[in-house]
Amino acid sequence: MLEIKNLHVSVEGKKILKGLNLKLNAGEVHSIMGPNGSGKSTLASVLAGRAGYDITDGEVLYRGRDLLELDPEERACEGVFLAFQYPVEIPGVGSIQFLTAALNAVRQHRGLEELDALDALRLFKEKVKALQVSDELLGRSVNEGFSGGEKKKNEIFQMAVLEPTLAILDETDSGLDIDALRIVAEGVNALRSPERAFLVITHYQRLLDYIVPDFVHVLVDGRIVRSGDKQLALHLEEYGYAWAGERHPAEAAT
Amino acid sequence: MSTVDRRERRSEVTAKVEKGKGLEIYLEQFERLENGAGGPDWLRPVRRAAIARSSELGFPTVRDEDWKFTNLAPLAKKAFALPAGGAPVSLADLAGFVFRGQESARLVFVNGRYEPELSDSCAQPGGVLACSLSESLELQPELVKLHLANYLDYEHDFFGALNTAFVEEGSFVYVPDGVAVERPVHLIYVSTETPAPAITHPRNLVVVGEAAEGTVVEEYVSLGGEEYFTNAVTEIVAGPGAVLEHYRVQRESRRAFNIGTVRVQQSRSSNVSCHGVHLGGGLVRNNVHPVLAGEGAHCLINGVFLPAGKQHIDNFMRVEHASPHCDSRQFYNGILNDSATGVFSGRIVVHKEAQKTDAKQTNRNLLLTDEAQMDSKPQLEIYADDVKCTHGATVGQLDDDAIFYLRARGVPEDTARTLLLFGFAAENLERMRLRPIRDYVENLITEWLPHGEVLKKLR
Repeated sequence: MLEIKNLHVSVEGKKILKGLNLKLNAGEVHSIMGPNGSGKSTLASVLAGRAGYDITDGEVLYRGRDLLELDPEERACEGVFLAFQYPVEIPGVGSIQFLTAALNAVRQHRGLEELDALDALRLFKEKVKALQVSDELLGRSVNEGFSGGEKKKNEIFQMAVLEPTLAILDETDSGLDIDALRIVAEGVNALRSPERAFLVITHYQRLLDYIVPDFVHVLVDGRIVRSGDKQLALHLEEYGYAWAGERHPAEAAT
Repeated sequence: MSTVDRRERRSEVTAKVEKGKGLEIYLEQFERLENGAGGPDWLRPVRRAAIARSSELGFPTVRDEDWKFTNLAPLAKKAFALPAGGAPVSLADLAGFVFRGQESARLVFVNGRYEPELSDSCAQPGGVLACSLSESLELQPELVKLHLANYLDYEHDFFGALNTAFVEEGSFVYVPDGVAVERPVHLIYVSTETPAPAITHPRNLVVVGEAAEGTVVEEYVSLGGEEYFTNAVTEIVAGPGAVLEHYRVQRESRRAFNIGTVRVQQSRSSNVSCHGVHLGGGLVRNNVHPVLAGEGAHCLINGVFLPAGKQHIDNFMRVEHASPHCDSRQFYNGILNDSATGVFSGRIVVHKEAQKTDAKQTNRNLLLTDEAQMDSKPQLEIYADDVKCTHGATVGQLDDDAIFYLRARGVPEDTARTLLLFGFAAENLERMRLRPIRDYVENLITEWLPHGEVLKKLR
């Protein structure tokens, strides 16, 4: 589904990703772990199409197409979803209004009929219930005044509504207490399916107790230095990232 | 309420100062109207004093501190004629001027002339009066005499003086003591095509009695008029404990001049909201001047202005705290597109006796292009020592992170921008208490915004 080949990315002249390779198949959950500044969030941003990143080499194929050619909204319509590390507060823009616009843009692209306001609201209320979020949040402006946990739940809620093919979770666990973490993880697990792939970016192993990955990759200094199964995450927890970085990148099996 | 009459201090045209072509024409027009001979006896000297003052003051220039950012030369050199004739307006043309879900009392003026056939009847439930100014002189002569031109500072205000000199037609709204009316009064000033570019001087007087409540919406709109000059003045008198929601919706033609003043006189514990929605006009001056004259009065000044093309909208606020324990809040948001220019001057004057004043002012602006320009100027004049005054102004662009967030969910970029622009204005719209009027205003803004049609599906 997603194939990243030799990806080199710079930000304001500074090299962040230095030849990243990664392949995700439908139905798989991959986790990327790494220390601060290793390039985790850069990868997430580049995949979602945020401006300000120079792709100096390499390519990203998504379902056989050049992903990097697409505008952010086209990627979303094609099924790419990024759960933001820092969801943006947008005063004055109603959550329902925003999500209806998003849902109908995506539906239109997929050849589905647009939902009217009433049907859309019904869908939102149904999906929001599963995340144990008060539907009062729907009545507010996008993320405005939300707690950290509410913001992250709101991301997963949006994911549930938009039903992406490839979901990228950028440190969705950061700032969550254990209850919120469990709810968020349940929300993600409910969406796991043979047609859908997940890229779970995290700093800590903790999240992976709840969202059990098929593959774990260790990102250090812009390269994947180790790949393995969920045991790798536990190993990392014990020995730290320094251990993983000691190995030569070439030894890291993909 | 003070009834000291300072209207008759001047009675003859004296000074000969530098005058624009426009001013010469207006002085001639005044003479042709037999030096303001129409109307009641008491009004004539007021008119004459006002024309004398107009003549002395002349058009303000950018050398005037209060007009620093607005060059009136294009207006001063134009000669606008008092309207004669002009394309008619039918009831069908006004079909859209309704607040869905809320009946209103409409008064309609076409090129300055009152149109009774297009207007609702004067008498409203609860003894409320909504009539033309000329009718009010028959129906409530004492009340009009007591208040008309008694608050506007035309000694120092050229346009106010000119309006007062030509005071003839406009609206009178009266809510008697203790009466609370839900039905808003909707004053609609329409400009249509006229044989020559026309000047009108709409004059409104709103009197809300003790513990009375009401809503007035003034709307200035072009239905075919292109180049014309609306010089409007509204005086609002809020009695003790009165509550008034006042809206000024300005959607003149983009070649029109609109100079408007809302002067509010507030008694103790009164609560007045002055909402402004400025979409139209080529050169616009929006003066809002409340005087908190009684203890515990509260005033809200809240508005949005959205100039585009070459429009220039100058918002000039002067909030005068003249009594203790009064609150004032100013929230004005601007969205400037193309090469539009905007001004926000927020002056807060706290008189010596106005202890425990609590005054707050914010002005936020979005510039959508590099060519758009905004000047924001807070001014505090504080003569009391126990006061709380804050002000803040921002000028910026749409938030790239917010745009990306919306796009990353599949929302096309144009729609994302439109949503954010609307969101920026929504902050002010939410302060408009009456839902049907807010809906009406939201609709106008939706139609005005680039790609605004996408919002319709989302409401």
